[in-house]
Amino acid sequence: MNVKRYLRLLGIQLKASGLLSLQYRADFFTEGLTSLFWTFTALAPLFVVYGERPNIEGWSFGEALLVVGWFTLLQGILEGAINPSLTGVVEHIRKGTLDFVLLKPADAQFLVSTQRFQPWRAFNVLTGIGLFVYAFMHLGRWPSVTGLLASVLLLGTSTLLLYSLWILTVSAAFFVVRVDNLTYLFTSIFDFARWPSSVFQGVGRGVLTMVFTYVIPLALMTTFPAQAMLGRLPPQSLVGAVVGAGLFAWGSRQVWLRSIRRYTSASS
Amino acid sequence: MSARTTLRAFPTLLRVGFAEAVAYRAEMLIWVLSTTMPLVNMVLWMAVSREAPVGRFGEADFISYFLATFAVRQLATSWAAWLINWEVKQGTLAMRLLRPISPLWAYAVESIAAFPMRLMVGVPVMLLSVALVGQKAVPQHAWQWGFVVLSVIGGWAVAFLANVAIGALCFFLESSQKVLEVWLVLFFVCSGYMYPVELLPPTLRTIIDWLPFRYQIGVPVEMLTGAHGWEASLRLLAAQWAWVAVLGVVAAVAWKQGVRRFAAFGG
Repeated sequence: MNVKRYLRLLGIQLKASGLLSLQYRADFFTEGLTSLFWTFTALAPLFVVYGERPNIEGWSFGEALLVVGWFTLLQGILEGAINPSLTGVVEHIRKGTLDFVLLKPADAQFLVSTQRFQPWRAFNVLTGIGLFVYAFMHLGRWPSVTGLLASVLLLGTSTLLLYSLWILTVSAAFFVVRVDNLTYLFTSIFDFARWPSSVFQGVGRGVLTMVFTYVIPLALMTTFPAQAMLGRLPPQSLVGAVVGAGLFAWGSRQVWLRSIRRYTSASS
Repeated sequence: MSARTTLRAFPTLLRVGFAEAVAYRAEMLIWVLSTTMPLVNMVLWMAVSREAPVGRFGEADFISYFLATFAVRQLATSWAAWLINWEVKQGTLAMRLLRPISPLWAYAVESIAAFPMRLMVGVPVMLLSVALVGQKAVPQHAWQWGFVVLSVIGGWAVAFLANVAIGALCFFLESSQKVLEVWLVLFFVCSGYMYPVELLPPTLRTIIDWLPFRYQIGVPVEMLTGAHGWEASLRLLAAQWAWVAVLGVVAAVAWKQGVRRFAAFGG
């Protein structure tokens, strides 16, 4: 009953966003072109690096390209589905209009997280898929069915992790008011996810690997799915990723509930 | 709008700008933390050079190169294009135009006045670089330090003037944010921000030598890591300031033509 109601709500929110986006159809091309262009910044260092070496920390060019593909795909999800809604929350907090959301008879986190989708911004999802195809052509083989299934499952956990990290960032908005540039901070931390995580091994005696696996789980988001596609992700890592993402989402939910208690409307 | 009024207003504008930079220091810190790109690339290149050096770059050289990039990026940067777009859209540019001093000077001063605060980030990063890599992370001769100062100022000027030129396009295009994005992508790829341009194939390097991007970040960073001898440094600095002159003319013309088309909304 409750689930049905929330599904219907999600449908309504999606429809509203969809209609709004249809008014700006031309954006599909401008947004698409610019995001394709930005992808170039992720690829250029890879070309330069692999021009020097055939293999880096056990990753060949095609394999590292898969990680960049996952990075690009998740960027598309972030830009199209997560960012628009959650920047809206920051705006709500600053202006004090979050009151209207809190008064509605539905879960506030659900409402703010689904308030806005920008499908044209999600162009990078297509670019990411294009990169997968190119990478596998380069490798000269195709992924196994189980590998693909595992990577689809990991797409779910990666999205959940990304979303939870964003919720944590947004919760900070209740404590520090000026946070529109927290968006940039967030994306620039996410930038570290563009390389295979084994690159971090030698830095600071493995501390960085620990941080990016357990504290800010960037390795789980891009390296794990790429490994799954290649069929070399150990099963226990897959289970660990699913359980870890679940725990992370639960934790961020608790932080959100605590933070929202601190909300005082702007006008009073 | 004579030169004398501009000069007389300068100290006050600098003081105001500095006070603003101090007041919004937390925000500035977040901006600083969000320029992680050199560090992202540093870890990659460190992994690459662990077994054997790449060109003349060993692991330590990459550390000093990218920390210098991070430090220079704090200074040789400008957000004027974004600001101009915003002010034109909001109509607040009208107020700036009423003042007896060109808005361009105001934008420039705002960014220069933030230098002391930004140095407070850049200098410790360079000290860290020296602590990690040793003395060779910074220039050894006094004349090289002169080149560092001049090239960082030049790098800032390239960034600022290009920003003004792109910002002025919004008088003609409604919004020039997309043009700015194109510029930024080219900047990332061609400037030495993500990798030393030395590591690129020769043909690409020749093209990049003729483009402005390298002179914003790459050249100051190379000076700061003492990569060049006297003659090469002089040649690069001349090329950099030639670009400053070209961009200065382009920015001035674009702005002058653009402002004529400006019409603020509202009363």
